[in-house]
Amino acid sequence: MSKFSKKRGKASPAISTASLPDIVFMLLFFFMVVTVLRDSELMVKVQTPFASELTKLEEKSLVNYLYVGRPVKKYQKVYGTKPRLQLGDKFATLAEIPLFLERHKVKVPEAKRPKITSSLRVDGEVTMGIVQDVKTELRKSGQLKVNYSAKKKPN
Amino acid sequence: MAKTSSRDRMSSEINAGSMADIAFLLLIFFLVTTTIVEDKGITVKLPIWSEEEPDITKLNKRNVYSVLVNAQNQLLVRGELMRVDDLKDNAKEFISNPYNRPDLAEKPTKAIISLKNDRGTEYGTYLAVYNELKAAYNELWDELAYRKFSVPYSDDLPLAWRKSIRDEIPFVISEAEPTNFGEED
Repeated sequence: MSKFSKKRGKASPAISTASLPDIVFMLLFFFMVVTVLRDSELMVKVQTPFASELTKLEEKSLVNYLYVGRPVKKYQKVYGTKPRLQLGDKFATLAEIPLFLERHKVKVPEAKRPKITSSLRVDGEVTMGIVQDVKTELRKSGQLKVNYSAKKKPN
Repeated sequence: MAKTSSRDRMSSEINAGSMADIAFLLLIFFLVTTTIVEDKGITVKLPIWSEEEPDITKLNKRNVYSVLVNAQNQLLVRGELMRVDDLKDNAKEFISNPYNRPDLAEKPTKAIISLKNDRGTEYGTYLAVYNELKAAYNELWDELAYRKFSVPYSDDLPLAWRKSIRDEIPFVISEAEPTNFGEED
């Protein structure tokens, strides 16, 4: 009898919150590592199509992004609704592709340059004309590794 | 006297009680800004640029698997209409030619896929077609890998294994310049 009553009396201390900052820091570091801050605002509507044979792009620093799609509502007054190319955070013409690739290239260490991949983020409803022009321009600048961005097909 | 007392006060410990609050603030900031982007897609190796078009007419006709996608997003495979859903199995049969039919590829190493589209073809359709062709090859590689090494084909396999598989069934796709149909202006 005395056993039980004693224990109940002792079990009152509050949970220590001393390790709470550690836990929060751990979470914080996790998210800091995982986060990719989107560097450019999308000015074109890009709804990538579905596909099943996907490969994952491993190293983010070796990837440059080319967006193709119709301008979003905000920019339609100025740029119309015809599909356009976006490089970085502004609309671009095809002639600007080589410079864009070069700008990205200089940031990459020389040994890794052959591994640079261009990710084509193209809206599914765009016609092939502009895509073909972009592809030709990439071939002309010697950027042959290309990844057609797509979403996993839901079953 | 008064000086020393002020120095004493300065050496007192920094209160770490608000550390958790600061960490929480940062945590919430990163939680909100995080976009775990799925960076996936179909990886393609483009051919080196050359002024002249690859000429596939010189090749033996039975080895060429011509796929045309027109501006109405219709598919013409070796002169016949086809649905995208049937493309994969058809392409697989063409490449492997299990019954040695005289009108299909002699052997997988000689098979060439010729893909052509209009400028007005929808990108989504083009990618779906490309995806099916790639799927056909992926399945053939898988089958071959099972036969030779009894493991599925993946990029984690040793390079020599992958090479032996890729040598036996090479992925050869030739993309012609598109024709100027259906381009919007």
